Amino acid sequence: MSPIVKRKGEKFTLPGKYLLFILTILCTGMVLLTFNTTVFSGPLSAVAGYTVVPFEEGISSVGSWLANRSEELVQIRDLIAENEKLKQQLDDLTIENTRLQQDRYELTNLRELYSLDAQYDEYEKTGARIIARDSGNWFHSFVINKGSADGIAVDMNVMAGSGLVGRIVDVGPNWAKVKAIIADDSNVSAMVLSSSDNMIVSGNLKLYASGVIEFEQLVDSDNVVVEGDKIVTSNISDKYLPGILVGYISTINQDANNLTKSGYVTPAVDFEHLEEVLVIMQLKQSIED
Amino acid sequence: MKRFLITTVLIFICFLLQCTVFHTLAFGGIVPNLLIVLTASFGFMRGEKTGLLIGFFCGLLVDIFFGNTIGFYALLYMYIGYINGKFCTIFYPQDIKLPIALILGSDCFYGLICYVIMFLLRSRFDFRYYFVHIILPEIVYTIVVTIFLYPLILWINTGLERSELRSGKKFV
Repeated sequence: MSPIVKRKGEKFTLPGKYLLFILTILCTGMVLLTFNTTVFSGPLSAVAGYTVVPFEEGISSVGSWLANRSEELVQIRDLIAENEKLKQQLDDLTIENTRLQQDRYELTNLRELYSLDAQYDEYEKTGARIIARDSGNWFHSFVINKGSADGIAVDMNVMAGSGLVGRIVDVGPNWAKVKAIIADDSNVSAMVLSSSDNMIVSGNLKLYASGVIEFEQLVDSDNVVVEGDKIVTSNISDKYLPGILVGYISTINQDANNLTKSGYVTPAVDFEHLEEVLVIMQLKQSIED
Repeated sequence: MKRFLITTVLIFICFLLQCTVFHTLAFGGIVPNLLIVLTASFGFMRGEKTGLLIGFFCGLLVDIFFGNTIGFYALLYMYIGYINGKFCTIFYPQDIKLPIALILGSDCFYGLICYVIMFLLRSRFDFRYYFVHIILPEIVYTIVVTIFLYPLILWINTGLERSELRSGKKFV
């Protein structure tokens, strides 16, 4: 007699191994289906959004409040010393500022002359708070407290301060998942600001501890790229808006093929202490006539 | 019903703690895996079926928020719960050695599978580095957390079993 056949008056129970078998098929099916599509993510992320996200917001706001208070106590002493130093710096900067204002006047004129494209400070942005981080230790992604209800869509770029953080990869009604550029499986098409040479910047788990990410396939035939050069997102990327600061070159090496160069980039964003981010509300690939 | 509610709340609490509070308590950027502790403990305390169901839902939660595809973590956690359920027959609440050993084994299995499927297949071959810097610290931290979390889970489970026994007797 098969154990799953129901008998009269007997309570129906499904043995563990059958349940395991059914759920295995279900999971495998879902993996295959969601590998390239987003069939289930709509309803599932909606349900998860309304049950989990409110709690995550609560916990993370309490947590960051506590962390800030304890940090304040530690920092007071440093602040006094820093204040002195900053006052001195202020004088220097005021002098520099006057000089720069003159330069800026010149720059505005030159920009108009060349009719340069809008810089990224002119994109429409919205602030969001990080409410949860990756539950495992393998990748670097996090959840923010704004979603499709606030106009956020997949592939929007995320910044913090002036640097690139990553892009939106998944979106629910009131939350969105951001994949950081330092995640092991993320690649960004970037270029050197000074020479416009293209390269690929990719995250690497092994380099987390040293605080850098790697770049490769840099064709620099004139040997003009040096350590400390600014790296920005490239014009040819299909996901990232052009001209967003990624970081600075910290090490540069000639590859064995003698054609390309590779090395490390120090990101412009401090990923360790990230709390608030800015989402650029404009997509690179939007349909425009 | 009571068991269902309490288990759901436990899964939520563990998931929430793991992706918020424990990130501020992380040592060297490593967070412990509370969901593994939960899945494995219910596996060997209650048997295969409970283990695999709790594993499935823990994994699904991780998948929705942090997975690249839906179903991968669900599958992984589900098998961990099921395998732990096989040890239900030799489990005694007084013994702490078996639970610790099982949770250690489960987290090690989890780390290895994660490495093979998500890193080795993308030609990241330096297994030693990933084992020493990711898998091993996670196991150690998870075990430390287990020492505090496991008695709590055991206490909740014993309380539930006792109340179920009482309400069961009423009808006899």
